[in-house]
Amino acid sequence: MKTTGLLQAPLPREATVFDKYMIVEDTLRNVVDGDRVTGFELGVRLPYYRGLGLSMVEDVQVTVDGETAPVSAVSLTVHGNTYKLTDLPGIFDDRWEMGEVATVAVDKPGGLGRGEHSVAVRERLRISYMPVPGGGADQKVLTLRD
Amino acid sequence: MLSTAHQIKRGVSFYSYQEECFLKKMSLEDCVSEAAAIGALGIEIIPEQSMTGYPDPGEAFYRTWDGWMEKYGTTTVATDLFLDTKRYPGRVMTLDEMTESVRKDLDIAKRMGAKHVRAIINTPPEVMEACASYAEKLGLKLLLEVHAPFHYEHPWVIRHLEVMHRLQSPALGFMPDMGTFVERFPRVMSDRALRDGARSRFVELAVETYNSRGDVHGLMDTFNYMGANPVEQGIARLSTFLTWNDPRVMLEHMPLIHHIQAKFYEMTDEGTEYSIPYDKIIQVLIEGGYNGYLSSEYEGNRHIQDIFEVDSVEQVRRQHRMFERLLGEDDGVAAGAPAQGGHSVR
Repeated sequence: MKTTGLLQAPLPREATVFDKYMIVEDTLRNVVDGDRVTGFELGVRLPYYRGLGLSMVEDVQVTVDGETAPVSAVSLTVHGNTYKLTDLPGIFDDRWEMGEVATVAVDKPGGLGRGEHSVAVRERLRISYMPVPGGGADQKVLTLRD
Repeated sequence: MLSTAHQIKRGVSFYSYQEECFLKKMSLEDCVSEAAAIGALGIEIIPEQSMTGYPDPGEAFYRTWDGWMEKYGTTTVATDLFLDTKRYPGRVMTLDEMTESVRKDLDIAKRMGAKHVRAIINTPPEVMEACASYAEKLGLKLLLEVHAPFHYEHPWVIRHLEVMHRLQSPALGFMPDMGTFVERFPRVMSDRALRDGARSRFVELAVETYNSRGDVHGLMDTFNYMGANPVEQGIARLSTFLTWNDPRVMLEHMPLIHHIQAKFYEMTDEGTEYSIPYDKIIQVLIEGGYNGYLSSEYEGNRHIQDIFEVDSVEQVRRQHRMFERLLGEDDGVAAGAPAQGGHSVR
């Protein structure tokens, strides 16, 4: 699995530490409900060296083969708790832990086809000691199996 | 070479092992055991990094932690707090909410047995003031980090100094980050810029300007007119976040300094930090009668992880061999001696 180079200027302080680990390899799969494929999901991490309360996760943008998932189609699961992306601003009692592999799921009837897909994830995080939102980006080619 | 006797102790912040912890290659107990193995018996921990379920990890976590401190002969010296002033969308926390947040972190520090709490630089002086008596009651010191590009004459730090001097509370002070004493542009950063696509003439100009104490703030415009790409603009900007001050600036504030974050980017094969002159720093600390911990804070991983396997453990070990040498501990006391058996750290 190769990582495509992302040209990024260094940001102040610990803005982008673990970008290259955001997309977790070998995690792309379709989501099946009964006999219907309703979407796809993959494992993602924060690029940050600490955990963060979910109200400060402003966006988890998923782009597969050039197509960016609409915000309303995305949900995030941390340690068994699933939230719509649009509900995250109001979640004050749960966190995304450092290094925790969360599952980001995208509603997409029919899911993805087998084989290689170019996957890009961009996370926007509201980090209080930075003047503007931080976060990070990663891009990998993942293979969807079964 | 050691000028006088001293009571400086060695410790490690688990920030140092972030790469291995992030990737689950090291457990929290591995961090404790490794610190003990190199005689870094003072532990600094970032609860939001190392504590699953922060801010309420449960009593079992604390009991396990206490057990490790006992088993490995280590002590919790400091915890690091963050202050999520932007926790609520569309507004900044009120001072009361910030005070409550800091108090919660003080409670955690107390439960972990720490004596010092790192207040992140964005903590307002009003909040430090509002928390001082609570910290004092708990027997804690709430210490503002002084992290590059901040310094003791920075307007924000002056506001804090005003509060500290006015209150004269034993619970308030500073936790200087040695990253404010970068004498030479870190090689790991300039090498990374080259790998990321910066052209050598830009990198060399940034490094030379920084190293000769030139006008780093003029680099952004200069690079722009020279046709810099985003990576090159990034290294111009980076050179304004690095700072060199004579470590002697700490002497004036020594009564307020109770813990040191020993930031480093690269311990070389020769056993020195490439960019931060710890020989000068430690001489100043001894001269000033500093008697707290030097707490390792390795931050080189992010600059080398694109092509190298990060080995934070080895980097921290090297820094402690250097500390032992500079603190005069290496006479007859082996580096890496086990924590047990009365190994004195003075």
